[in-house]
Amino acid sequence: MSAHIQKPAQADAGAKPRPNIGTRSLRGFLRVREASILVVAILLIIYFESSNSNFLTRANLQTLSQFISAPVIIACGEIMLLICGEIDLSAGMVFALAPFIMYFAHNAGIPLIVAFFLALIGCGAIGLFNGFVSVKLRVPSFVTTLGTMFLINGFTLTISAGFPVDTPTNGLFTFLMGNSGFQEIIWAVVIVLVMHGALRNTRWGLHTISVGGNLIGSAESGINVTRIKMGNFALTGALAGLAGILEASRIGSTDPLAGGSPMMFLAVAAAVIGGTSLMGGTGTIIGGLFGGLVLGVLQDGFTIDGINAFTFNIIIGAAILIAMVFNIHFARLRTRGRF
Amino acid sequence: MSQVQAAPVPAAAPARGVTEVLRGVDIVKRFGAVTALNGISLHLNKGEMLGILGDNGAGKSTMIKILTGYQAPTSGTLAINGQQVALKSVDHARALGIECVYQDLALVPSLSIYHNMFLNREPLRGGPLRLLDNGAMRRRAQEALEDIGVNIPNVNEEVAMLSGGQRQAVAIARAVYSKAKILLLDEPLAAMGARESGLILDLIDRLKKRGDLSLIMIAHNYAQTLEVCDRIMMFQHGEVTFERAAAETSVPELLDVVKQNYKVIRGAH
Ligand SMILES: Nc1ncnc2c1ncn2[C@@H]1O[C@H](COP(=O)(O)OP(=O)(O)O)[C@@H](O)[C@H]1O
Ligand SMILES: [Mg+2]
Repeated sequence: MSAHIQKPAQADAGAKPRPNIGTRSLRGFLRVREASILVVAILLIIYFESSNSNFLTRANLQTLSQFISAPVIIACGEIMLLICGEIDLSAGMVFALAPFIMYFAHNAGIPLIVAFFLALIGCGAIGLFNGFVSVKLRVPSFVTTLGTMFLINGFTLTISAGFPVDTPTNGLFTFLMGNSGFQEIIWAVVIVLVMHGALRNTRWGLHTISVGGNLIGSAESGINVTRIKMGNFALTGALAGLAGILEASRIGSTDPLAGGSPMMFLAVAAAVIGGTSLMGGTGTIIGGLFGGLVLGVLQDGFTIDGINAFTFNIIIGAAILIAMVFNIHFARLRTRGRF
Repeated sequence: MSQVQAAPVPAAAPARGVTEVLRGVDIVKRFGAVTALNGISLHLNKGEMLGILGDNGAGKSTMIKILTGYQAPTSGTLAINGQQVALKSVDHARALGIECVYQDLALVPSLSIYHNMFLNREPLRGGPLRLLDNGAMRRRAQEALEDIGVNIPNVNEEVAMLSGGQRQAVAIARAVYSKAKILLLDEPLAAMGARESGLILDLIDRLKKRGDLSLIMIAHNYAQTLEVCDRIMMFQHGEVTFERAAAETSVPELLDVVKQNYKVIRGAH
């Protein structure tokens, strides 16, 4: 009877009427989860440029790029951690400590390049320690890194006696670190591209998503979940250290009060606004760059428009909330699984 | 009644002409105060399909996780292909040809079907960067699922979008299309409807005919288990209370075993 209306189950796929090409490409674009936040960034840039002609000047773009570089570099680490279900609240303090490690190592007679790598290794080791306490000793990383946040801050203040020092310089090293206008953002973009590729195209990245998405299942599949988590803590420490040294090199001064928790929160905010969920299992590095861009454009635009810092905080707070609501409730509407 | 439980299982003495691929002797597993396995011995022959029945909490999944190297036994020994081994990790067991469909399926909802199918054995493109070969994964995942016949529209889809039965099919396809020699299935049909169960049982039948694959399947449906398995074991409270060739037992007998306390059964002979 009804046999002729019953299609074989497999024939269903693709049988829906196709919408016109415009709708389809719009949908295709928005399906890329980073796209919506990029659209927001561009709309904000258009708004600020039209409200103030000083926005898209070379000098202002330089200010903007310098503001977002460090949080974006740190966000690359935080995003990896958030994806695998962890967080590092101490990254802003590692940011401040790193150039001091380099400074003291260099003062002790170690060549600057070597001192630089020592500082990165030291920061990576701090990350490993965070990972060890969180994963092996099973203290939630929120609490672990809250502790190390204070600890590292106190340590930096102690070794510096609370005073800034001059960042050591040397021709080639300082050139690479970039004391010129746009060098820091070049570092940030290169790191973003490398990390984006790593997240989507390497086993490390895939297993980071897997561990955050299903911890027990990942272990049952034979993934070394401890190694993945501790590795991402170490990575975040090293990236925070690198960002701190880049900033100290650009400014020429190494300040114990640089960075700190505002820097860490900026990085986490960039990650979250960019589309990384705090619940683990999903996230995007490029999104973190765009999230950082949105924050930077807001901060910078409001500054040249003469709106004060209080308003800025209100806007950032609202942006985080809107981004999270959007992530949780609208992300499901898009077709997923496009890696 | 059954004497299987009472006689200590010899360390290695399979019948002639039969190759034994797996043997566990006196496996004990404790979780703190809970004894999940209280001295279980079992074996599996090449090409054989062993069915394990038993109530929730009987220790079936725990036994499976020990065989996959996911958990280490508190005591007891394992031999694979006649060689005594202490499984160090899931990868170690996998290298010995053991694959598993866990009861929880071990799928990652936020990853695509094809990434799930190759989780922790991803093919890599050549070259120093060791990048994932997503194309190969997509293609092979598609082929594997088509081969089973379960309707899964698109391997790019996130596992989060799949029904329970579809998820089970993905987990089963993953285990089957590896190079498994010993396949462990922990309640593989639990979330499946009749049609999907049928497809999976067909698949298992085809695998059995290949001859070199040995299976352990945990199940709840007695009739179905008797139909597809060669031998049946009953776990109760972490012990084996019944073991017999499927052809020599029946659903009523199995139900009878369940009704009685295992201690009664042990004391009866
Ligand atoms: N990781 C664990 N920690 C503590 N107890 C566990 C763990 N895994 C299993 N158990 C306990 O071991 C017993 C057997 O569980 P399980 O092997 O899952 O039974 P089955 O699969 O037969 O339903 C249960 O009492 C269960 O609560
Ligand atoms: Mg179970």
